[in-house]
Amino acid sequence: MIKKIFFQFIFFNFFFIKEVFAAESGGMPQLDPEFWISQIFWLTLTFGILYVVLSKLILPKISANLELRKSQIQENIEAAEKQREDSEAKLKEYDEVVLKSKLEAKNIFKDAREKALKDINSKKEILDEQINEEIKKAEQEIEFLRKSAPEKINRIAIDTSSDLIKKLIGTEINSSSISAIVDDLSKRNGDKYYGS
Amino acid sequence: MAANPMTQFEVYRIGPEIKIGTFDISFTNASLFMVVSSLAILIIFNLGSKKNSIIPDKIQLLAELSYTFVSKMISDTAGSKAKPYFAFIFSLFMFVLFSNMFGMIPYTFTVTSHIIVTFVLAAFIFIGVTIIGFIKHGFGYLKLFVPSGVPIVLLPLIVVIEIISYLSRPVSLSVRLFANMMAGHTMMKVFGGFVISLGIVGGWLPLSFSVALTGLEILVAFLQAYVFAILTCIYLNDALNLHH
Repeated sequence: MIKKIFFQFIFFNFFFIKEVFAAESGGMPQLDPEFWISQIFWLTLTFGILYVVLSKLILPKISANLELRKSQIQENIEAAEKQREDSEAKLKEYDEVVLKSKLEAKNIFKDAREKALKDINSKKEILDEQINEEIKKAEQEIEFLRKSAPEKINRIAIDTSSDLIKKLIGTEINSSSISAIVDDLSKRNGDKYYGS
Repeated sequence: MAANPMTQFEVYRIGPEIKIGTFDISFTNASLFMVVSSLAILIIFNLGSKKNSIIPDKIQLLAELSYTFVSKMISDTAGSKAKPYFAFIFSLFMFVLFSNMFGMIPYTFTVTSHIIVTFVLAAFIFIGVTIIGFIKHGFGYLKLFVPSGVPIVLLPLIVVIEIISYLSRPVSLSVRLFANMMAGHTMMKVFGGFVISLGIVGGWLPLSFSVALTGLEILVAFLQAYVFAILTCIYLNDALNLHH
């Protein structure tokens, strides 16, 4: 406030004593009224033209451009937002598809596994049956062989014994008596040889 | 010749003497720099608004930054009602700014260092704002001089002070700009004179002062243009939004 009053004081002083200042050679050229009218005229002219051209031609263009940019940026942001949403939805869809296909793959795998296991089991059963049959057959054969073995051995023993006796003592001995002895022997020692 | 620091403010005729009636409206160096400032503004902003591209180049960015700067200044101080006066305040700010800045170039003339120029601008603003105030509020605009919440006893005194303060607006507005410009330029001239008179031995000190002052004066040139424009906005605000 004091500053303002001070300036006012100076200003009004200038007004009152401007004649004195203007008369002096070292005064302020600002207070020489010689060109005041000229300055007012040119100021009005140049500032007027500046104002008219700026307000009618240039500023509306700048304003329009700023608005355009603003709206464009807004539009772009909206479009980007929309695309983001779209991509999110697509991502979700993709995830679902992946999940579904994973499940499917699991199921297929499970099925295949079960089927394979079933196959293997059935084949195994068949194989087991065959093997059992074979084993049974073989056992029967063995049994048969085992049963028939002592008789053959006895016969061989009887033949051999009769041949031996013939060669030793030169007389024919009744084969029935030899067989009786062999039978007797084999019965006693049969277990030792055949392990029935 | 240049010993007197005030000679830089002298106005002289360029070309012939032009007279309309008894008024001398000759083209002077002051007129020249008014034309130069206006032309510079028009050229820069014309270039800046020509292309209208979405991604601005340097000059367009300059124009748009200035636009948003002034627009923000107005909306901050005077609100949205001041929008119709945007072009005027923009022109005013740019004119004062460019005049101040052109004055910083050596051997040029500072238009705003003349009281008559700043006073005409300030008086125009003052009269315009007063007219706007009366158009918007009628005689209710006179309530501006009666602040609310003042004791009845003090009211006559306050009203007188308010009226004086209102009437001194154009004076303070014009003198602030004029005095700042004149003082700064005079001081620079004085220091420049010291450089010459002290010669190669002692001239370095005032030279460094001169350099520093140049920086300061460029700041002042911008600041005073800003202050001039923002005070206009504040006065406009008083006229548009009557608070009292």
